[in-house]
Amino acid sequence: MTAIPLQPPRRLIEFTLDGAGTRVPEGSTILDACRAAGKDIPTLCEGDTLTPKNACRVCVVEVEGARTLAPACSRRAEPDMVVRTDTERARHSRKIVLELLASSTDLSTTPRAAEWIKEYEAKPDRFGPDAARVDEQPKIDNDLYVRDYDKCILCYKCVDACGEQWQNTFAIAVAGRGFDTRISVEQDAPLTDSACVYCGNCIEVCPTGALSFKSEFDMRAAGTWDEEAQTETTTVCAYCGVGCNLTLHVQDNEIVKVTSPHDNPVTHGNLCIKGRFGYQHVQQR
Amino acid sequence: MDLRYTDAKPSDDERAAVDELLGPPESGWEGAGRSVTDLRWARGGAAARDRRDLLLPALHAVNDRVGWLSEGALDYICRRLTVPPAEAYGVATFYAMFSVKPRPAKVLYVCTDLACAAEGSGAVCAGLEERLAAPGSSAPGGVVWQPSPCLGLCERAPAALLLRAGAAPGAGSGEGVPARGGAADRRPAAVGTRAAVVAPATVDGLLATVAAPERAALEPPATAAVPQAGDPGLVLLRRIGVVDPYSLDDYRAAGGYTALRRAFALGPAGVVREVLDAGLVGRGGAAFPTGRKWEATARQPDHPHYLVCNADESEPGTFKDRVLMEGDPYALVEAMTVAGYATGAHRGYLYLRGEYPRAYERLTHAVAQARLRGLLGPDVLGHGHAFDIEIRRGAGAYICGEETAIFNSIEGRRGEPRSKPPFPVEKGLFGKPTAVNNVETLVNVLPILTHGAAAYARTGTESSTGTKLFCVSGRVDRPGVYELPFGARLRDLLGLAGGPPPNLRAVLLGGAAGGFVRPDELDIPLTFEGTRAAGATLGSGVVLVLDDTVELPAVLLRIAEFFRDESCGQCVPCRVGTVRQEEALHRIKDRTGAAAGDIALLREVGGAMRDASICGLGQTAWNAVESAIDRLGAFE
Repeated sequence: MTAIPLQPPRRLIEFTLDGAGTRVPEGSTILDACRAAGKDIPTLCEGDTLTPKNACRVCVVEVEGARTLAPACSRRAEPDMVVRTDTERARHSRKIVLELLASSTDLSTTPRAAEWIKEYEAKPDRFGPDAARVDEQPKIDNDLYVRDYDKCILCYKCVDACGEQWQNTFAIAVAGRGFDTRISVEQDAPLTDSACVYCGNCIEVCPTGALSFKSEFDMRAAGTWDEEAQTETTTVCAYCGVGCNLTLHVQDNEIVKVTSPHDNPVTHGNLCIKGRFGYQHVQQR
Repeated sequence: MDLRYTDAKPSDDERAAVDELLGPPESGWEGAGRSVTDLRWARGGAAARDRRDLLLPALHAVNDRVGWLSEGALDYICRRLTVPPAEAYGVATFYAMFSVKPRPAKVLYVCTDLACAAEGSGAVCAGLEERLAAPGSSAPGGVVWQPSPCLGLCERAPAALLLRAGAAPGAGSGEGVPARGGAADRRPAAVGTRAAVVAPATVDGLLATVAAPERAALEPPATAAVPQAGDPGLVLLRRIGVVDPYSLDDYRAAGGYTALRRAFALGPAGVVREVLDAGLVGRGGAAFPTGRKWEATARQPDHPHYLVCNADESEPGTFKDRVLMEGDPYALVEAMTVAGYATGAHRGYLYLRGEYPRAYERLTHAVAQARLRGLLGPDVLGHGHAFDIEIRRGAGAYICGEETAIFNSIEGRRGEPRSKPPFPVEKGLFGKPTAVNNVETLVNVLPILTHGAAAYARTGTESSTGTKLFCVSGRVDRPGVYELPFGARLRDLLGLAGGPPPNLRAVLLGGAAGGFVRPDELDIPLTFEGTRAAGATLGSGVVLVLDDTVELPAVLLRIAEFFRDESCGQCVPCRVGTVRQEEALHRIKDRTGAAAGDIALLREVGGAMRDASICGLGQTAWNAVESAIDRLGAFE
């Protein structure tokens, strides 16, 4: 079990969520309140270790008195707010957003996307066979990780993790505009020519599999990736004395990738290149 | 930050352009030659990072000098400003007027937006393609041409703008002396050699201008865009054509700076009260009460406060702010000073769109003159209030007119809107309380203070007080900027412009984000409440008149193309929705597939864009198309 430091007590805010009175600590988002109340609001760009970017717009809810829908992930609960999560309007927007996303990008490795597409009866095919897609080849320019922007939904999480929110390396940013917007390093160069330090924290936060371990990418291509058969073991990194926790994902007695628990007060899910990628020596047999 | 630069070397020209803006580098840490002392002293921390807002001016400096942004230039700018190279690349590729690939020094922008398309820009483009080169590819003579969104020259459609990169022209050439009362305003050297406006544009005229930009015909004075010039009933436009836009004395002789004196007599709270009592609402399109915005900003305990003047007039069909700024630049300077005083701001940013070289040049001159005469600076008019104005040039992005996208653009980031709340009055520019006002809104403050709130409120209707500027273009005899009291009918306005054409098809009211009205709806009262009741909007004051020779599906397609081009790409409903909207309109126009199905699809996507987009661009991108379907029966 991970120890989480206690925070000072906060005031409670009362508001109405789907007709029921709800109390949440001050500063909570509507999404926090929904989760506390056991409601399942779909969201793609929200990350538990990052400031919400509210770019995907899948989690929109109806706030009484507002002209437009509000993103539940970033809108903070206010006293006496009246929020409805399951209205016709909100469901319609979620359905269309899922359709737009699935019609332009590959959501095959996005957890829960298929489930939500079914739930909201989204039909991504109805924009016709000529609908514009991202359609890019995966960028494989190093041995550690692969960038497959065909799967990228531009949630900005990797940019935030690489930049001021965690890593402070600022190797990746958003370039271009509109539909041509892409996550990119400087001059759109190969990763090896960029400022990247291969900490892999961008992979950790990527919600769609657009960024993945080379090992995972290769196994998926070979059809041998089997998440069901994997075991996860959390241990302490042996490289230095900081004490970062590593979660080793093991399939057929081989480490296939390394993550870190997001609720760990040392790492918050982040690692360095050694902890994330330096596991090959363990399996030199 | 431990930034890694690319180590690409800038050329001497690129280095000189950046150094001219930022001064020579002080140490090896920011791109100078390494010295022994550099090893003992590291520049860093907040002092280094806090110059991020100079990124856009630095990109402009290189683009103005060389014509494009090389890897070496970007790297040098990054070193000087402590900006991560990936982020600078992201910013440089965001703006339409910058290129990160080599291109010729001369770039010709040909407007293909609504008014220009209606007046034949298609033929101009076809002619250029035939006689010069394909759009986007270099032609002999060191020029590249490209289609452009609205250049704000709709009264002289079709319009084109030639920008030429090169060394800054030498000062003191004597060219900068303004002509008084001449047929055309004299262009000072700085702008005259860098930019040439050709409107109305012909293929021959453009080819001649490209070959010899220095011999391009002078632009007509700003008055030429004001058919009512000389009418004693004018309020906001009354000085245009009457005063020399270069002369501060002229401006003062014509009643300039009486409003500021009155403001100092009233005190900041008194000014806010006058503006509240006058009932002034924002003219940028959202119609939010200006006094309430000022009051909320003034009341914030967090300091400093900022004022931002939104002069990023990019709505297709809008050119009123350009005419105000070109014809009466000191009015805006004075109005910003008043606004800064009322909101407790000591710094005002004037964010001007990059496609307005003449307005930029005149405002730069006006700000410098005002500073010289103590009307801006540490002690304005000797009243102890410090206020100064900094002009920031945009670089081709409609989205930067969104009130929060402006902040990101000024701060040296991609011009992406922020999500609200928090609102600008609480956390705006640099995270501080900020009042953002449109040019026309600010200029309205002058008559309010000069004649009093009561006198101001007597004009117009109860909830729409004062006068409003309308940008009339398209199929009318006298296109231009018109000023009318709120409450006049659309028919009256069209009458002033020479009457609606007999074969009127529709009037686009409020621009690409507005909607169409039918020929039988010309009695709509031009007020915020009147247009709202009629299911239309005044928006930014666009009145684009279309007759039945104009192909409506082509107009709608152009609107869809505009929004697809200008979407910042941040949120899904807008980034993908605008593309799907354009695709559906193409299918309908080409009659491939079932129109009814595509119209239903448009409605569904449009609804989600309106409900779920982050900002006004995505929320309004479907308005005009919807109104064409519902009110005009566009696809029946």
